[in-house]
Amino acid sequence: MALISTEPLAPAAAAPPRRRRRGLRTLTRRDKIVAALMIGIPLLLDFAFIWFPALASIFLSFTKWTGVGSIKLQSCENFPSAPGIPQPGCLYGVQNYVQAFTNYPDFWPAVRHNAIWLAVFIVIATPLGILFAVILDRGLRGTRFYQSALFLPVMLSLALIGIIWELIYSPNFGLINTIIGHNQNENLIDWLGNPRLNLWALLVEASWRQAPYVMVLYLAGLKAVDPSLREAAVVDGANGWQTFWRVVFPTMRPINIVVLVVTVIESLRAFDLVYITSKGNPLRGLELLSVLVTQNIVGETQRIGFGSTLGVVLLVISLVPISIFLYQAFRREEQR
Amino acid sequence: MTAVTSSRPTRHAAVPDRTARPLGPRITRVASQVFMIVMTVLWVTPILFALYVALRPIAETNKLGYVSLPHKLTFENFANAWTQSDMWRFFLNSVYVTVPAVLLTLFMASMVAYVVSRLSFRFNIPLLILFTAGNLLPQQVIITPLYRLYLAIHLPEWISGNGLLYNSYAGLIVINVSFQLGFCVFVLSNYMKTVPTDIDEAALLDGASLWTRYWRVTIPLVRPALAALATLLTTWIYNDFFWAITLISTGNKRPITSALANLQGQFVANQNMIAAAALIAAIPTLIVYVLLQKQFIAGLSLGSSKG
Repeated sequence: MALISTEPLAPAAAAPPRRRRRGLRTLTRRDKIVAALMIGIPLLLDFAFIWFPALASIFLSFTKWTGVGSIKLQSCENFPSAPGIPQPGCLYGVQNYVQAFTNYPDFWPAVRHNAIWLAVFIVIATPLGILFAVILDRGLRGTRFYQSALFLPVMLSLALIGIIWELIYSPNFGLINTIIGHNQNENLIDWLGNPRLNLWALLVEASWRQAPYVMVLYLAGLKAVDPSLREAAVVDGANGWQTFWRVVFPTMRPINIVVLVVTVIESLRAFDLVYITSKGNPLRGLELLSVLVTQNIVGETQRIGFGSTLGVVLLVISLVPISIFLYQAFRREEQR
Repeated sequence: MTAVTSSRPTRHAAVPDRTARPLGPRITRVASQVFMIVMTVLWVTPILFALYVALRPIAETNKLGYVSLPHKLTFENFANAWTQSDMWRFFLNSVYVTVPAVLLTLFMASMVAYVVSRLSFRFNIPLLILFTAGNLLPQQVIITPLYRLYLAIHLPEWISGNGLLYNSYAGLIVINVSFQLGFCVFVLSNYMKTVPTDIDEAALLDGASLWTRYWRVTIPLVRPALAALATLLTTWIYNDFFWAITLISTGNKRPITSALANLQGQFVANQNMIAAAALIAAIPTLIVYVLLQKQFIAGLSLGSSKG
């Protein structure tokens, strides 16, 4: 809570932690109905369009369904697939998972690319953002200018970012190839087309947006650190480096977790940049789990069951950061 | 991220023999300035470069490349991008989706937040967890069943031209609201807990109903948080790409951000015009950036400040 009070927005900064909440008994009958509706309608939306699909994807991942006809609760073996006759939806057991893990050629590259994406975010983009925040927090001259300039990419959509970076990476005309002298037809570097380069090229774009995003989150946290802590450290002879790592960083645990969670979730969600860069067609070198999921529901042949399977894999991975965040955010409430 | 978790007292950190402070404050300051200047230049380059390319005719850059001195700077690409694609239509689509979605999200989230933060109710925490977790899921986890759900839900013709939730503005509004609800409930319920309850209680003694206490008493008090969230949500929903790409199949119905994918195909021979179109699409966010940056940052900070 301390953080909020540093914001100019905060009401009555020193609100005492008094929380006299009334039980439901003091409510009139009409108030109870109103309260139920106030919670019920948003809850219905959340269930119908978020949690129901999330649970349904688990069920669908054990089926085989082209989206034509309904799903029969019978094993697929009862429905011989003859050419020309569409098979109804049927129970497929763990076959989708077996297929994904063993003979779907894009699966493991996608997992690897997602892991690389996450690694680059954790090792480069996020620490860079934290570094920006730490430097700006020291009250450098021009801090506001730096912050505004760095912050701009956070406001832009990833689709737009993908488009403007194409100009930088353009093989014949682009900024990079011109500078390094690789813009002649015989020595072109195709940054976005070459499967060994394009993931890294996109990661530069993604980090360009991620670092200032982390910077903003982190700056808010740093501003809230009690200055007397730092003063005490300085009095005790700690230098700036020690003060940050031994004093400031540990007190920022909540914000560190938020930043970590944001980093993991954003790297799992990565989709827009790949889609816009590859113009909707899958491009070698840019397979990501999120992209594969989407490929299975568009086009003539929908593979609802298989697409759901990939979604479930993504769900299982994302549950880790989600649980970490929820634990840290609600742990204290439970104790009250 | 796990580098230092030990919270040893600082006294031990300042080991006496650590006499050398390798970087004096002055050098540190100069180094910091240099670093930030270099980074800032790197950071604004892509945007300025895009603007530069968009201002030059394609014939010229095809001959000289993008990195060359200009012979002619013109807004032709912007004008052509605007007229040749009927861009106003995509902007209108963005308005149709973004405005109702932001208002509905804030309205619903504030209702939940009020009940959760003001009434003691056994399921408060599970409710908050449910909403918050829903917002953290990657969108692709739910898209496959959601897509089938959208094809299965029928709407009256006057809401959706094709009679389905799929490929309709309503559908796009619904998913944006549902998805963003979690974040806003989380932020607003935390915020409301910092607002003193005295006024609420005074109103109760005066016999005010629950709704009056929510709408007349509490909402005015949380207006700053609502303003920050509105800025954030407007930007996020305006920038949404994924929902519109997957749930809207008719190009003409897509909001501007997702329509960029189509424009990219339409102007494929003229990269300069694509850049111009992208920069036109950025204008609303740039306006927010210039005028409401503080609100935007405040919104982000509110979201991360729980702890």
